Amino acid sequence: MSADVAVLGAGMHPWGKWGRSFVSYGRAAAREALADAGLDWRDVDAIVGADTVRGGYPGYVAGATFAQALGWQGARVTSVYAACASGAQAIGAARAQILAGLADVVLVVGADAAPKGFFAPAGGNRPDDPDWLRFRVLGATNPAYFALYARRRMALHGDTVEDFAQVKVKNAAAGALNPRARYRKRVSAEEVAASAVVADPLRLLDICATSDGGAALVLSSVEFARRHGRSDPVRIRAVSTVTPVYPKTVLDLPDIATDSAVAVSPVAHSFRASIARAAYEEAGIGPEDLSLAEVYDLSTALELEWYEDIGLCPMGEGAKLVREGATALGGRTPVNASGGLASFGEAVPAQAIAQVCELTWQLRGTAGDRQVAGARVGITANQGLFGHGSAVVAVR
Amino acid sequence: MTVTRRPVVAGWFTGDDEADFRLLGTRCTACSSVFFPRADDFCRNPGCQGDGELAEVPLSPRGRVWSCTDGRYRPPAPYVSDPDTPWEPYTLVAVELDAEAMVVLGQAAPGVTVADLPVGSEVEVVPGILNEDDEHVWTTWHWRPVPAEVTR
Repeated sequence: MSADVAVLGAGMHPWGKWGRSFVSYGRAAAREALADAGLDWRDVDAIVGADTVRGGYPGYVAGATFAQALGWQGARVTSVYAACASGAQAIGAARAQILAGLADVVLVVGADAAPKGFFAPAGGNRPDDPDWLRFRVLGATNPAYFALYARRRMALHGDTVEDFAQVKVKNAAAGALNPRARYRKRVSAEEVAASAVVADPLRLLDICATSDGGAALVLSSVEFARRHGRSDPVRIRAVSTVTPVYPKTVLDLPDIATDSAVAVSPVAHSFRASIARAAYEEAGIGPEDLSLAEVYDLSTALELEWYEDIGLCPMGEGAKLVREGATALGGRTPVNASGGLASFGEAVPAQAIAQVCELTWQLRGTAGDRQVAGARVGITANQGLFGHGSAVVAVR
Repeated sequence: MTVTRRPVVAGWFTGDDEADFRLLGTRCTACSSVFFPRADDFCRNPGCQGDGELAEVPLSPRGRVWSCTDGRYRPPAPYVSDPDTPWEPYTLVAVELDAEAMVVLGQAAPGVTVADLPVGSEVEVVPGILNEDDEHVWTTWHWRPVPAEVTR
């Protein structure tokens, strides 16, 4: 298909708390992706960096920062920020340049060195910033929002905290098989239940940690891949970066209130569901075609919501899927075969790229002990603060 | 030095009188969309043909619990809390307002816990105190369950 781009290389710096600069993680991931692609950095036409808000100016100009760390070679450069969707926007920008004929080979890099504990807004007195306001006025942390969704699921769909714990059990089991994951230990439901409550009903082991990490991809035109001896590469078939449709009626980070539906009736599906729908439409596939999915399990309960939003089951039936084992390794449609954020933790600008790295290895059949047998089609799904959608469809 | 009462954000709610305390939003005079926190510069409805006249409007004083949670760990700054005192969890509640067709988040009144706020139960907005320092008592809004005898 003419709208495809090829994934020539994928690379990752292991997640953890390594105490180094995000630049070193990004550089390590980039060099691994380049080696995987069999290319020299000087062969790359363009670099796109997914920005981190940490690290001062170098974080905000990540594209050039990574280019400098790899050695200036004159590549076209782009830096993008879209919170958790930064990586998908970076992939989207790279893909657009390739499809427009502006570049044959593009390096995409995202990396972060995240602080321990709750994410917090940038400093200073900034009452015109919604993210600052939700902390100042309400003390509303990210887990507080995840907990609101979790309790709402319990009230509406009958989900239980035991269902939520099963997501952690499943993802930890997958993460234990992934050498790049930060946490490589199986977790039991009892251990989840014994961990401290952070925001009722969610406990510490229901919520993803913050981590350091880096991920990178080398993308090219399908024609370049062919010339380079890759006749059957993993291909990116869709990149969804949609915004919500007014009125957004689900309370969302970092908002203190939803839009009002007084003047306009809301669309039938949620913002999160629209992210996947846009990707499916662009790729010309549906959820029934999926071999696997990587979704943003910021909390265990949120992963269940993604099952519904990416169309694996009707609304309200996510817990049933995890109970049946349908989304575990070996199940009908494994979700977070990488171990997910439960096993990696969150390294904001890297994570959406890391999701595509996992799809790449799975679709190549090189995912080792966590390999999904016969994987042919995968989707990633994620959402960035302030209304940034993120989903990627990859095929083989 | 005298301590003065001051809203944590100007223009989001009325004064201290519990009897008629209200959150304040704005309403688009062209399409009637409501905004909270208040939008004063432009209407965000993409189909609105109006030219941005937004009028202040008090929000419904009562609504129903959409969901709730609490904060068992001390939130980071700019939330103000004394690191030398033991952390007292607070409750957060998201409230559905029928007339405005929107959900508004807020802290629950002191002493109100998640157990007091089942999804769908009725709550009302009341004046509250967010924190105090040497110069100010910073005021805010709180949600609390509507007493049973009043809902009858």
